[in-house]
Amino acid sequence: MTRSELEAILTRELHRIAPDIGMADVDRDGDLREEFDIDSMDFLTLVAALSKETGAEMPESDYGQMGSVNAMLDYLEG
Amino acid sequence: MGVFRMPSLGSDMEAGTLTEWLVKPGDAVKRGDIIAVIETQKGAIEIEVFEDGVVEELQAVPGTTVPVGTPLAVIRGEGEAEAAPEPAASAAAVAEAPPAPSEARPAASAEIRPPDPQSLVTATRIRISPAARRLAERLGIDAARLAGSGPGGAIVLADVEKAQPAAPAPDGMSGMRAAIAAAMVRSKREIPHYYLAHTVDIGAAEDFVARANKDRGPADRLLLAALFVKAVALAVGKYPEFNGFFDDGAFTPAPSVHAGMAINLRGGGLVAPAIHDAQGLSLDAVMAAMRDLVTRVRAGRFRQRELSDPTITISSLGERGVDLLAGVIYPPQVAILGFGTPAERPWVRDGKVVAARTVTLTLSADHRVSDGHRGALFLNRIGRLLLEPETL
Repeated sequence: MTRSELEAILTRELHRIAPDIGMADVDRDGDLREEFDIDSMDFLTLVAALSKETGAEMPESDYGQMGSVNAMLDYLEG
Repeated sequence: MGVFRMPSLGSDMEAGTLTEWLVKPGDAVKRGDIIAVIETQKGAIEIEVFEDGVVEELQAVPGTTVPVGTPLAVIRGEGEAEAAPEPAASAAAVAEAPPAPSEARPAASAEIRPPDPQSLVTATRIRISPAARRLAERLGIDAARLAGSGPGGAIVLADVEKAQPAAPAPDGMSGMRAAIAAAMVRSKREIPHYYLAHTVDIGAAEDFVARANKDRGPADRLLLAALFVKAVALAVGKYPEFNGFFDDGAFTPAPSVHAGMAINLRGGGLVAPAIHDAQGLSLDAVMAAMRDLVTRVRAGRFRQRELSDPTITISSLGERGVDLLAGVIYPPQVAILGFGTPAERPWVRDGKVVAARTVTLTLSADHRVSDGHRGALFLNRIGRLLLEPETL
Protein backbone atom coordinates (compact mmCIF):
# COMPACT_ATOMS: atom_id res chain seq x y z
CA MET A 1 0.00 0.00 0.00
CA THR A 2 1.17 3.52 -0.70
CA ARG A 3 1.65 6.03 2.04
CA SER A 4 -1.37 8.03 0.89
CA GLU A 5 -3.54 4.91 0.95
CA LEU A 6 -2.30 4.14 4.47
CA GLU A 7 -2.96 7.72 5.49
CA ALA A 8 -6.50 7.51 4.17
CA ILE A 9 -7.10 4.37 6.26
CA LEU A 10 -5.53 5.88 9.37
CA THR A 11 -7.54 9.09 8.96
CA ARG A 12 -10.77 7.15 8.55
CA GLU A 13 -10.19 4.89 11.57
CA LEU A 14 -9.11 7.79 13.78
CA HIS A 15 -12.21 9.68 12.73
CA ARG A 16 -14.33 6.71 13.78
CA ILE A 17 -12.79 6.80 17.25
CA ALA A 18 -12.28 10.55 17.66
CA PRO A 19 -14.77 12.27 15.35
CA ASP A 20 -14.28 15.59 17.11
CA ILE A 21 -10.60 15.90 16.20
CA GLY A 22 -9.45 16.23 12.60
CA MET A 23 -6.13 15.21 11.12
CA ALA A 24 -5.56 18.87 10.20
CA ASP A 25 -5.83 19.90 13.86
CA VAL A 26 -3.07 17.73 15.25
CA ASP A 27 0.70 17.72 15.46
CA ARG A 28 1.58 14.73 13.32
CA ASP A 29 4.75 14.15 15.31
CA GLY A 30 3.00 14.65 18.66
CA ASP A 31 1.88 11.83 20.95
CA LEU A 32 -0.93 10.09 19.08
CA ARG A 33 -2.95 9.31 22.20
CA GLU A 34 -2.70 12.85 23.50
CA GLU A 35 -3.33 14.53 20.15
CA PHE A 36 -6.53 12.55 19.63
CA ASP A 37 -7.38 12.21 23.33
CA ILE A 38 -7.69 8.43 23.10
CA ASP A 39 -7.21 5.91 25.89
CA SER A 40 -5.70 2.44 25.83
CA MET A 41 -9.01 0.85 24.81
CA ASP A 42 -9.37 3.32 21.90
CA PHE A 43 -5.76 2.66 20.88
CA LEU A 44 -6.38 -1.08 20.90
CA THR A 45 -9.49 -0.53 18.77
CA LEU A 46 -7.41 1.53 16.35
CA VAL A 47 -4.69 -1.10 16.13
CA ALA A 48 -7.25 -3.86 15.59
CA ALA A 49 -8.87 -1.90 12.74
CA LEU A 50 -5.54 -1.01 11.10
CA SER A 51 -4.32 -4.57 11.41
CA LYS A 52 -7.47 -5.87 9.78
CA GLU A 53 -7.30 -3.40 6.90
CA THR A 54 -3.59 -3.57 6.17
CA GLY A 55 -2.86 -7.17 7.14
CA ALA A 56 -0.01 -6.00 9.40
CA GLU A 57 0.29 -8.02 12.61
CA MET A 58 1.11 -5.01 14.79
CA PRO A 59 2.28 -6.91 17.91
CA GLU A 60 2.08 -5.19 21.26
CA SER A 61 5.88 -5.13 21.48
CA ASP A 62 5.87 -2.73 18.50
CA TYR A 63 3.47 -0.21 20.07
CA GLY A 64 6.46 2.00 20.85
CA GLN A 65 6.96 2.52 17.11
CA MET A 66 3.37 3.74 16.67
CA GLY A 67 3.53 6.77 18.94
CA SER A 68 2.54 9.53 16.50
CA VAL A 69 0.68 9.89 13.21
CA ASN A 70 3.92 9.98 11.25
CA ALA A 71 5.47 7.12 13.23
CA MET A 72 2.36 5.02 12.67
CA LEU A 73 2.52 5.65 8.91
CA ASP A 74 6.26 4.83 8.86
CA TYR A 75 5.51 1.63 10.76
CA LEU A 76 2.69 0.56 8.46
CA GLU A 77 4.79 1.37 5.40
CA GLY A 78 7.30 -1.07 6.85
CA MET B 1 -51.46 -8.91 33.12
CA GLY B 2 -48.44 -6.70 33.55
CA VAL B 3 -48.00 -3.03 33.01
CA PHE B 4 -44.70 -2.00 31.48
CA ARG B 5 -43.72 1.35 32.96
CA MET B 6 -41.11 4.01 32.34
CA PRO B 7 -38.25 2.58 34.38
CA SER B 8 -36.01 4.46 36.75
CA LEU B 9 -32.43 4.21 35.53
CA GLY B 10 -30.82 5.70 38.57
CA SER B 11 -31.68 7.82 41.53
CA ASP B 12 -31.25 11.00 39.51
CA MET B 13 -33.75 10.14 36.78
CA GLU B 14 -37.20 11.69 36.90
CA ALA B 15 -38.47 11.30 33.35
CA GLY B 16 -37.60 9.70 30.04
CA THR B 17 -38.58 10.00 26.40
CA LEU B 18 -39.80 6.97 24.51
CA THR B 19 -37.74 6.96 21.31
CA GLU B 20 -38.98 3.82 19.64
CA TRP B 21 -40.82 0.58 20.18
CA LEU B 22 -39.00 -2.57 19.09
CA VAL B 23 -42.20 -4.64 19.41
CA LYS B 24 -45.77 -4.28 18.21
CA PRO B 25 -49.09 -5.45 19.66
CA GLY B 26 -49.42 -9.21 19.36
CA ASP B 27 -45.67 -9.88 19.61
CA ALA B 28 -44.60 -12.55 22.07
CA VAL B 29 -41.91 -11.35 24.47
CA LYS B 30 -39.69 -13.12 26.94
CA ARG B 31 -38.22 -11.77 30.14
CA GLY B 32 -35.02 -9.92 29.22
CA ASP B 33 -36.07 -9.05 25.66
CA ILE B 34 -35.30 -5.50 24.66
CA ILE B 35 -38.63 -3.99 23.68
CA ALA B 36 -38.08 -0.24 23.63
CA VAL B 37 -35.47 2.48 23.41
CA ILE B 38 -35.81 5.48 25.64
CA GLU B 39 -33.85 8.67 25.68
CA THR B 40 -32.66 9.93 29.03
CA GLN B 41 -30.16 12.50 30.17
CA LYS B 42 -27.59 9.76 29.85
CA GLY B 43 -28.34 8.97 26.23
CA ALA B 44 -30.38 6.32 24.45
CA ILE B 45 -31.02 3.26 26.61
CA GLU B 46 -32.39 -0.08 25.55
CA ILE B 47 -35.14 -1.28 27.85
CA GLU B 48 -35.87 -4.87 28.78
CA VAL B 49 -39.19 -6.41 29.68
CA PHE B 50 -39.38 -8.26 32.98
CA GLU B 51 -41.95 -10.93 32.25
CA ASP B 52 -42.94 -13.41 29.59
CA GLY B 53 -46.09 -12.70 27.64
CA VAL B 54 -47.68 -11.05 24.66
CA VAL B 55 -47.71 -7.33 23.95
CA GLU B 56 -51.37 -6.41 24.34
CA GLU B 57 -51.21 -2.69 23.82
CA LEU B 58 -48.62 0.02 23.35
CA GLN B 59 -49.93 2.96 25.34
CA ALA B 60 -47.23 5.53 24.76
CA VAL B 61 -46.32 7.08 21.45
CA PRO B 62 -42.67 7.46 20.45
CA GLY B 63 -41.55 11.00 21.14
CA THR B 64 -43.48 11.20 24.40
CA THR B 65 -41.69 12.35 27.54
CA VAL B 66 -43.17 10.86 30.69
CA PRO B 67 -42.27 10.63 34.36
CA VAL B 68 -40.74 7.50 35.82
CA GLY B 69 -43.47 4.98 36.63
CA THR B 70 -45.85 5.97 33.84
CA PRO B 71 -47.45 2.95 32.10
CA LEU B 72 -46.05 2.52 28.59
CA ALA B 73 -47.50 -0.81 27.51
CA VAL B 74 -49.62 -3.72 28.66
CA ILE B 75 -48.07 -7.18 28.57
CA ARG B 76 -50.51 -10.07 28.79
CA GLY B 77 -49.08 -13.00 30.70
CA GLU B 78 -48.97 -16.40 29.02
CA GLY B 79 -52.34 -18.11 29.19
CA GLU B 80 -54.17 -14.98 30.29
CA ALA B 81 -57.25 -13.97 28.36
CA GLU B 82 -57.30 -10.69 26.54
CA ALA B 83 -58.68 -8.01 28.79
CA ALA B 84 -59.36 -4.32 28.83
CA PRO B 85 -56.11 -2.49 29.43
CA GLU B 86 -55.55 -0.19 32.35
CA PRO B 87 -56.93 3.16 31.24
CA ALA B 88 -53.75 4.99 31.90
CA ALA B 89 -51.96 6.48 28.97
CA SER B 90 -54.91 7.80 27.05
CA ALA B 91 -53.52 11.29 27.38
CA ALA B 92 -50.69 10.37 25.06
CA ALA B 93 -52.82 11.12 22.06
CA VAL B 94 -54.11 14.38 23.46
CA ALA B 95 -50.81 15.97 24.08
CA GLU B 96 -49.50 16.33 20.60
CA ALA B 97 -48.16 19.78 21.27
CA PRO B 98 -47.40 21.70 18.13
CA PRO B 99 -43.99 23.32 18.18
CA ALA B 100 -44.14 26.93 19.25
CA PRO B 101 -44.56 29.01 16.12
CA SER B 102 -42.82 32.03 17.54
CA GLU B 103 -39.11 32.70 17.44
CA ALA B 104 -36.91 29.77 18.31
CA ARG B 105 -35.99 30.37 21.89
CA PRO B 106 -33.44 28.15 23.61
CA ALA B 107 -34.55 26.92 26.98
CA ALA B 108 -32.21 26.76 29.88
CA SER B 109 -32.58 23.03 30.26
CA ALA B 110 -34.79 20.12 29.39
CA GLU B 111 -38.09 20.20 31.19
CA ILE B 112 -38.38 17.67 33.95
CA ARG B 113 -41.53 17.29 35.93
CA PRO B 114 -42.07 15.49 39.20
CA PRO B 115 -42.87 11.82 38.88
CA ASP B 116 -46.57 11.13 38.82
CA PRO B 117 -47.20 7.51 37.94
CA GLN B 118 -50.97 8.04 37.96
CA SER B 119 -51.22 10.34 35.01
CA LEU B 120 -49.71 11.15 31.72
CA VAL B 121 -50.81 14.72 31.52
CA THR B 122 -47.30 15.96 30.94
CA ALA B 123 -46.80 14.06 27.74
CA THR B 124 -45.57 16.01 24.77
CA ARG B 125 -44.99 14.65 21.34
CA ILE B 126 -42.48 16.41 19.20
CA ARG B 127 -41.63 15.59 15.62
CA ILE B 128 -37.86 15.74 15.58
CA SER B 129 -35.11 13.91 13.75
CA PRO B 130 -32.86 11.70 15.90
CA ALA B 131 -29.79 13.83 15.12
CA ALA B 132 -31.65 17.00 16.04
CA ARG B 133 -32.88 15.40 19.25
CA ARG B 134 -29.37 14.44 20.24
CA LEU B 135 -27.99 17.91 19.56
CA ALA B 136 -30.85 19.57 21.44
CA GLU B 137 -30.23 17.23 24.35
CA ARG B 138 -26.54 17.98 24.33
CA LEU B 139 -27.09 21.73 24.22
CA GLY B 140 -29.83 21.62 26.84
CA ILE B 141 -32.36 23.08 24.38
CA ASP B 142 -36.02 22.23 24.96
CA ALA B 143 -37.06 20.90 21.55
CA ALA B 144 -40.73 21.56 22.31
CA ARG B 145 -40.01 25.26 22.00
CA LEU B 146 -38.44 25.05 18.56
CA ALA B 147 -40.16 25.67 15.26
CA GLY B 148 -39.56 22.86 12.80
CA SER B 149 -38.63 23.53 9.20
CA GLY B 150 -38.48 19.90 8.07
CA PRO B 151 -41.15 17.73 6.43
CA GLY B 152 -44.48 18.11 8.22
CA GLY B 153 -43.01 20.70 10.55
CA ALA B 154 -40.47 18.27 11.96
CA ILE B 155 -37.54 19.77 13.79
CA VAL B 156 -34.30 19.08 11.92
CA LEU B 157 -30.67 19.60 12.80
CA ALA B 158 -30.55 23.10 11.29
CA ASP B 159 -33.41 24.26 13.54
CA VAL B 160 -31.53 23.20 16.63
CA GLU B 161 -28.30 24.74 15.39
CA LYS B 162 -30.12 28.03 14.80
CA ALA B 163 -31.40 27.97 18.35
CA GLN B 164 -27.99 27.41 19.85
CA PRO B 165 -27.36 30.17 22.36
CA ALA B 166 -24.45 32.47 21.55
CA ALA B 167 -23.31 32.39 25.13
CA PRO B 168 -24.21 29.69 27.63
CA ALA B 169 -27.26 30.49 29.69
CA PRO B 170 -26.54 30.98 33.38
CA ASP B 171 -27.95 27.57 34.23
CA GLY B 172 -27.60 26.09 30.78
CA MET B 173 -26.19 22.72 31.76
CA SER B 174 -26.58 19.93 29.27
CA GLY B 175 -28.68 16.95 30.27
CA MET B 176 -25.58 14.84 30.89
CA ARG B 177 -23.95 17.54 33.02
CA ALA B 178 -27.15 18.01 34.98
CA ALA B 179 -27.45 14.26 35.62
CA ILE B 180 -23.88 14.04 36.88
CA ALA B 181 -24.36 17.16 38.98
CA ALA B 182 -27.50 15.76 40.60
CA ALA B 183 -25.86 12.43 41.47
CA MET B 184 -22.63 13.96 42.73
CA VAL B 185 -24.37 16.62 44.83
CA ARG B 186 -26.50 13.90 46.40
CA SER B 187 -23.38 11.81 47.02
CA LYS B 188 -21.46 14.60 48.71
CA ARG B 189 -24.50 15.68 50.71
CA GLU B 190 -25.49 12.24 51.97
CA ILE B 191 -22.43 10.00 51.93
CA PRO B 192 -19.68 10.47 54.51
CA HIS B 193 -16.75 9.44 52.31
CA TYR B 194 -13.43 8.24 53.60
CA TYR B 195 -10.44 7.76 51.31
CA LEU B 196 -7.54 5.30 51.37
CA ALA B 197 -4.64 4.87 48.95
CA HIS B 198 -2.29 1.99 48.35
CA THR B 199 0.55 1.72 45.83
CA VAL B 200 1.12 -1.64 44.18
CA ASP B 201 3.95 -3.11 42.12
CA ILE B 202 2.33 -4.10 38.82
CA GLY B 203 5.40 -5.56 37.14
CA ALA B 204 4.01 -9.08 37.37
CA ALA B 205 0.60 -8.00 36.10
CA GLU B 206 2.09 -6.19 33.12
CA ASP B 207 4.36 -9.12 32.31
CA PHE B 208 1.33 -11.39 32.48
CA VAL B 209 -0.54 -9.18 30.00
CA ALA B 210 2.48 -8.99 27.67
CA ARG B 211 2.85 -12.80 27.70
CA ALA B 212 -0.85 -13.33 27.11
CA ASN B 213 -0.86 -10.88 24.20
CA LYS B 214 2.32 -12.08 22.56
CA ASP B 215 0.65 -14.49 20.18
CA ARG B 216 -2.72 -12.82 19.98
CA GLY B 217 -4.12 -10.63 17.24
CA PRO B 218 -5.15 -7.13 18.31
CA ALA B 219 -8.82 -8.08 18.51
CA ASP B 220 -8.08 -10.66 21.22
CA ARG B 221 -5.61 -8.74 23.34
CA LEU B 222 -5.99 -8.01 27.03
CA LEU B 223 -5.61 -4.64 28.71
CA LEU B 224 -4.28 -4.18 32.23
CA ALA B 225 -7.64 -2.64 33.12
CA ALA B 226 -9.28 -6.06 32.75
CA LEU B 227 -7.02 -7.34 35.54
CA PHE B 228 -7.99 -4.37 37.70
CA VAL B 229 -11.69 -5.13 37.26
CA LYS B 230 -11.25 -8.82 38.00
CA ALA B 231 -9.06 -8.19 41.05
CA VAL B 232 -11.65 -5.83 42.53
CA ALA B 233 -14.49 -8.27 41.79
CA LEU B 234 -12.63 -11.15 43.46
CA ALA B 235 -11.55 -9.10 46.48
CA VAL B 236 -15.15 -8.05 47.14
CA GLY B 237 -15.97 -11.68 47.93
CA LYS B 238 -14.19 -11.32 51.28
CA TYR B 239 -15.31 -7.75 51.89
CA PRO B 240 -19.00 -7.62 50.96
CA GLU B 241 -19.57 -4.30 52.75
CA PHE B 242 -18.12 -2.50 49.74
CA ASN B 243 -20.49 -4.06 47.21
CA GLY B 244 -24.17 -3.17 47.31
CA PHE B 245 -26.59 -0.34 47.95
CA PHE B 246 -27.35 2.01 50.82
CA ASP B 247 -31.03 2.85 50.61
CA ASP B 248 -33.61 4.03 53.14
CA GLY B 249 -31.10 4.08 55.95
CA ALA B 250 -29.85 0.54 55.50
CA PHE B 251 -27.13 -1.24 53.55
CA THR B 252 -27.95 -4.28 51.47
CA PRO B 253 -24.96 -6.24 50.19
CA ALA B 254 -25.33 -7.41 46.60
CA PRO B 255 -25.17 -11.16 45.90
CA SER B 256 -23.03 -10.64 42.80
CA VAL B 257 -20.47 -8.10 41.60
CA HIS B 258 -21.72 -5.83 38.85
CA ALA B 259 -18.63 -3.75 38.28
CA GLY B 260 -19.49 -0.27 37.01
CA MET B 261 -16.81 0.88 34.64
CA ALA B 262 -16.44 4.64 34.33
CA ILE B 263 -16.22 5.54 30.64
CA ASN B 264 -15.63 9.11 29.62
CA LEU B 265 -17.59 10.48 26.70
CA ARG B 266 -16.00 12.57 24.03
CA GLY B 267 -17.32 16.07 24.34
CA GLY B 268 -17.83 15.78 28.08
CA GLY B 269 -19.52 13.69 30.69
CA LEU B 270 -19.20 10.07 31.62
CA VAL B 271 -21.26 6.99 32.34
CA ALA B 272 -20.44 3.90 34.38
CA PRO B 273 -22.35 0.92 33.02
CA ALA B 274 -21.90 -2.50 34.61
CA ILE B 275 -19.93 -5.58 33.75
CA HIS B 276 -22.29 -8.16 35.20
CA ASP B 277 -21.19 -10.96 37.54
CA ALA B 278 -17.58 -9.91 37.06
CA GLN B 279 -16.33 -12.19 39.85
CA GLY B 280 -17.23 -15.27 37.78
CA LEU B 281 -15.86 -14.12 34.43
CA SER B 282 -12.52 -15.13 32.97
CA LEU B 283 -10.11 -12.31 32.15
CA ASP B 284 -10.93 -12.73 28.48
CA ALA B 285 -14.63 -12.47 29.25
CA VAL B 286 -14.06 -9.34 31.36
CA MET B 287 -12.06 -7.87 28.50
CA ALA B 288 -14.76 -8.74 25.96
CA ALA B 289 -17.39 -7.13 28.19
CA MET B 290 -15.27 -3.99 28.51
CA ARG B 291 -14.78 -3.73 24.75
CA ASP B 292 -18.47 -4.24 24.16
CA LEU B 293 -19.45 -1.58 26.70
CA VAL B 294 -16.99 1.00 25.40
CA THR B 295 -18.11 0.40 21.82
CA ARG B 296 -21.76 0.77 22.70
CA VAL B 297 -21.25 3.74 25.00
CA ARG B 298 -19.36 5.53 22.23
CA ALA B 299 -22.26 4.78 19.89
CA GLY B 300 -24.68 6.03 22.52
CA ARG B 301 -26.44 2.70 23.03
CA PHE B 302 -26.43 0.83 26.30
CA ARG B 303 -28.97 -1.15 28.21
CA GLN B 304 -31.11 -0.23 31.15
CA ARG B 305 -29.71 -2.86 33.46
CA GLU B 306 -26.12 -1.87 32.75
CA LEU B 307 -26.65 1.69 33.92
CA SER B 308 -28.90 1.13 36.88
CA ASP B 309 -27.39 -1.83 38.64
CA PRO B 310 -23.63 -1.47 39.16
CA THR B 311 -22.90 -2.55 42.74
CA ILE B 312 -19.44 -0.95 42.90
CA THR B 313 -17.63 1.38 40.49
CA ILE B 314 -14.12 1.27 39.09
CA SER B 315 -12.55 4.38 37.61
CA SER B 316 -9.24 4.54 35.86
CA LEU B 317 -7.60 7.67 34.55
CA GLY B 318 -4.74 5.54 33.32
CA GLU B 319 -2.33 7.25 30.96
CA ARG B 320 -3.63 10.67 31.85
CA GLY B 321 -0.69 11.23 34.11
CA VAL B 322 -2.51 11.48 37.43
CA ASP B 323 -0.93 9.62 40.33
CA LEU B 324 -4.17 8.91 42.10
CA LEU B 325 -7.82 9.74 41.95
CA ALA B 326 -10.13 9.99 44.92
CA GLY B 327 -13.51 9.19 43.41
CA VAL B 328 -16.97 10.36 44.40
CA ILE B 329 -19.30 7.46 45.16
CA TYR B 330 -22.29 7.06 42.84
CA PRO B 331 -25.32 6.67 45.10
CA PRO B 332 -26.81 4.37 46.24
CA GLN B 333 -23.50 2.47 45.85
CA VAL B 334 -21.08 2.54 48.77
CA ALA B 335 -17.62 2.39 47.19
CA ILE B 336 -15.60 3.47 44.19
CA LEU B 337 -12.11 2.25 43.32
CA GLY B 338 -9.72 4.56 41.51
CA PHE B 339 -6.64 3.47 39.56
CA GLY B 340 -3.99 6.09 38.82
CA THR B 341 -1.50 6.04 35.98
CA PRO B 342 0.74 2.97 35.81
CA ALA B 343 4.28 4.33 35.65
CA GLU B 344 7.88 3.59 36.54
CA ARG B 345 8.63 4.89 40.02
CA PRO B 346 11.28 4.39 42.73
CA TRP B 347 10.42 1.28 44.73
CA VAL B 348 12.15 -0.69 47.44
CA ARG B 349 12.64 -4.37 46.65
CA ASP B 350 14.84 -6.64 48.79
CA GLY B 351 16.29 -3.63 50.61
CA LYS B 352 17.28 -1.83 47.39
CA VAL B 353 15.71 1.11 45.64
CA VAL B 354 14.81 0.02 42.13
CA ALA B 355 12.76 1.43 39.28
CA ALA B 356 9.48 -0.46 39.29
CA ARG B 357 6.20 -0.16 37.45
CA THR B 358 3.56 0.80 40.02
CA VAL B 359 0.00 2.00 40.22
CA THR B 360 -1.72 3.76 43.10
CA LEU B 361 -5.15 2.49 43.84
CA THR B 362 -7.61 4.37 45.96
CA LEU B 363 -10.78 3.43 47.73
CA SER B 364 -13.52 5.95 48.45
CA ALA B 365 -16.04 4.28 50.71
CA ASP B 366 -19.19 5.09 52.68
CA HIS B 367 -18.39 5.45 56.38
CA ARG B 368 -21.98 4.61 57.30
CA VAL B 369 -21.33 1.10 56.03
CA SER B 370 -17.64 0.36 56.54
CA ASP B 371 -14.58 1.58 58.42
CA GLY B 372 -11.08 2.41 57.31
CA HIS B 373 -9.66 -0.74 58.86
CA ARG B 374 -11.74 -3.00 56.63
CA GLY B 375 -11.13 -0.65 53.72
CA ALA B 376 -7.39 -1.07 54.16
CA LEU B 377 -7.74 -4.86 54.18
CA PHE B 378 -9.88 -4.67 51.04
CA LEU B 379 -7.29 -2.54 49.21
CA ASN B 380 -4.49 -4.86 50.32
CA ARG B 381 -6.39 -7.85 49.02
CA ILE B 382 -6.75 -6.19 45.59
CA GLY B 383 -3.04 -5.39 45.63
CA ARG B 384 -2.09 -8.99 46.47
CA LEU B 385 -4.25 -10.33 43.67
CA LEU B 386 -2.45 -8.04 41.22
CA LEU B 387 0.88 -9.43 42.43
CA GLU B 388 -0.34 -12.91 41.44
CA PRO B 389 -2.09 -12.27 38.14
CA GLU B 390 -2.32 -15.98 37.31
CA THR B 391 -4.88 -16.29 40.13
CA LEU B 392 -7.21 -13.85 38.39
